[in-house]
Amino acid sequence: MKIAFKLAFRNLIGAGLRTWLNVIVLSFSFVVIIWMKGILVGWDHQAKNDMEQWEIGKGQFWHNQYDPYDGFTITDSHAPIPSEFKPEIEKGEMVPMLFAQGTIYPQGRMQPAMIKGIPASQTLLKIPTHKLDSVTDAIPAIIGEVMARSSHLEKGSRIVLRWRDSKGTFDATEIEIVDIFSTTVPTIDVAQVWINLETMQEKLLLPEQATLFSFANPEENRSEVGDFRLKTKKDLTAEIDAMIETKNKGQSVFYIILLLLAMLAIFDTQILSIFRRQKEIGTYVALGYTRQQVVTLFTVEGAMHAVLAAALAAVYGVPFFIWQARVGFTVPMDTSEFGMAIAPTMYPIYSMGLILSTTIIVLLTTSVVSYWPARRIAKMNPTEALRGKIQ
Amino acid sequence: MENIIQINQLIKRFPIGKGEFTALKGINLTFGTGEFAGLIGPSGSGKTTLLNIIGSLDMPTEGEAIVLGKPISKLSAKESAKLRKESLGFIFQSYNLLQVHTVFENVEFPLLLLDYTTSERKKMVMDALEWVGLTDKVKSKPPQLSGGECQRVAIARAMVKKPSLVLADEPTANLDAANSHNILQTMLNLNRELKTTFIFATHDEKVIGYLKRKIFLKDGLVDHEEWIKK
Ligand SMILES: Nc1ncnc2c1ncn2[C@@H]1O[C@H](COP(=O)(O)OP(=O)(O)O)[C@@H](O)[C@H]1O
Ligand SMILES: [Mg+2]
Repeated sequence: MKIAFKLAFRNLIGAGLRTWLNVIVLSFSFVVIIWMKGILVGWDHQAKNDMEQWEIGKGQFWHNQYDPYDGFTITDSHAPIPSEFKPEIEKGEMVPMLFAQGTIYPQGRMQPAMIKGIPASQTLLKIPTHKLDSVTDAIPAIIGEVMARSSHLEKGSRIVLRWRDSKGTFDATEIEIVDIFSTTVPTIDVAQVWINLETMQEKLLLPEQATLFSFANPEENRSEVGDFRLKTKKDLTAEIDAMIETKNKGQSVFYIILLLLAMLAIFDTQILSIFRRQKEIGTYVALGYTRQQVVTLFTVEGAMHAVLAAALAAVYGVPFFIWQARVGFTVPMDTSEFGMAIAPTMYPIYSMGLILSTTIIVLLTTSVVSYWPARRIAKMNPTEALRGKIQ
Repeated sequence: MENIIQINQLIKRFPIGKGEFTALKGINLTFGTGEFAGLIGPSGSGKTTLLNIIGSLDMPTEGEAIVLGKPISKLSAKESAKLRKESLGFIFQSYNLLQVHTVFENVEFPLLLLDYTTSERKKMVMDALEWVGLTDKVKSKPPQLSGGECQRVAIARAMVKKPSLVLADEPTANLDAANSHNILQTMLNLNRELKTTFIFATHDEKVIGYLKRKIFLKDGLVDHEEWIKK
């Protein structure tokens, strides 16, 4: 076996250009696959991280009635803040929020919006709620960039907000946009208006009530507190998992095509080798190899393309990976409308497992593809091989 | 003289299309250790076929060839590979060197299959290259060598493990007169010094002139033999 490696290596290097073409194609597959997978892992990581930091903390408690996909539930999704939560809220480890359906009238157009009350003093989430302490004669409000763009709102814009209080009475007030924040999490941006929780409770006639809570304690294990039900970070980020899974499947098709091309090149080289090198095969047998050993030799030789490709991929791939991890990959389109937490720039993350599994898969496929045509050698007649007569 | 090869009623048939072609029609021959013999005959007379069977690269259809005590027709693939790697050397008309390997690596190749250390191999390769006068071409590769030099590398490769038997099929067919005489002289010297048995297949007059035993084949049969007395 050791001889096979030595010989295979010499033969491959000796074959020159053809070897290098195959190796370059294969190394390219290596780099692209690892990079693309790395982007997905990075994306997953970033999306979950951003969600945690901007919206959900380590998890949330939702009011029993609350269903983010059903606007009609909002009116009834509130209950008094359970006394058990109070110490945590005071310590800043839990943020109560109250939601209501409303309508805003930017430049006279009517536009539905989700109005969310949040304590101005909270620091658990990255939403710049301290701006809600601004003193104006209208209600101070903050919105995200996407919302600002789609509603043509700017800092200082004043708009009318109409909503119904808990008694069902319509109320119209003026709000002033005191800040516009930039986030990758669309669920706190698109069609959302943030105001001070206390103001909201007052206006809706719902003192001390909330729709949901985001909390900081990762070891939360109360599954239900009063009317509120625990939603773990895992539950809340399930959508991201589903999206990554879909993306993964989509990419797999691409990987398969990429590998197929590389494998086709190697398969072709193997077939050609076996026909062009009949005399050599006969010579190996004459010098004392069994035909099975020659099959091994040719298989190792083919599989070694993958080893060389991995080495070459390391040469230009590692700097590329490091550079990408630093500067990130900027998605060449507007990601803000995706409805998912997608940053415009994604930073790939490469795990050892990812690199190892990719290498093993490529090595295995290359071995199989190399072995397939090499099996023919076992059936060759050495005297005919020596004469180069096999068709 | 001890017998190194014993061939009894050897028949070899090849299937062609639906029928058969009988290339060897009943050969009886014995070779002793240290012979410098040649199978002589026109193209198609069965020289290569006989040499291939002696070299365990092919099987007899009927009869038997016993080489170094091993009955060729009864050897498994593994056993015949073992016989070749340990005891046989081959020299071909077209040299059959490994093109991408250096002269050293080509000569070293048969030793890689045997249990020698790196330093033992190095010494043996250098000795073999000394015999054929190519110590200055150690690092060259076959494409950089002349035909005569290539065949000398092939001889070194066949001789490096000091096999009991060397089979040379038309070794001079691609060489000019000067180179032919040169390599034949080299082989004759090795035959004398190492007592290696050489069997040639040839129809080249230059080769025939060096042989001590001439076996004339005709249509798959031994026609007659000539012995040259020293
Ligand atoms: N594998 C084979 N299949 C069919 N015929 C063969 C095969 N090998 C050799 N022959 C035939 O056997 C005869 C002897 O061939 P060979 O031993 O190569 O002759 P020589 O070496 O004396 O020129 C030739 O007629 C050749 O065509
Ligand atoms: Mg011949």
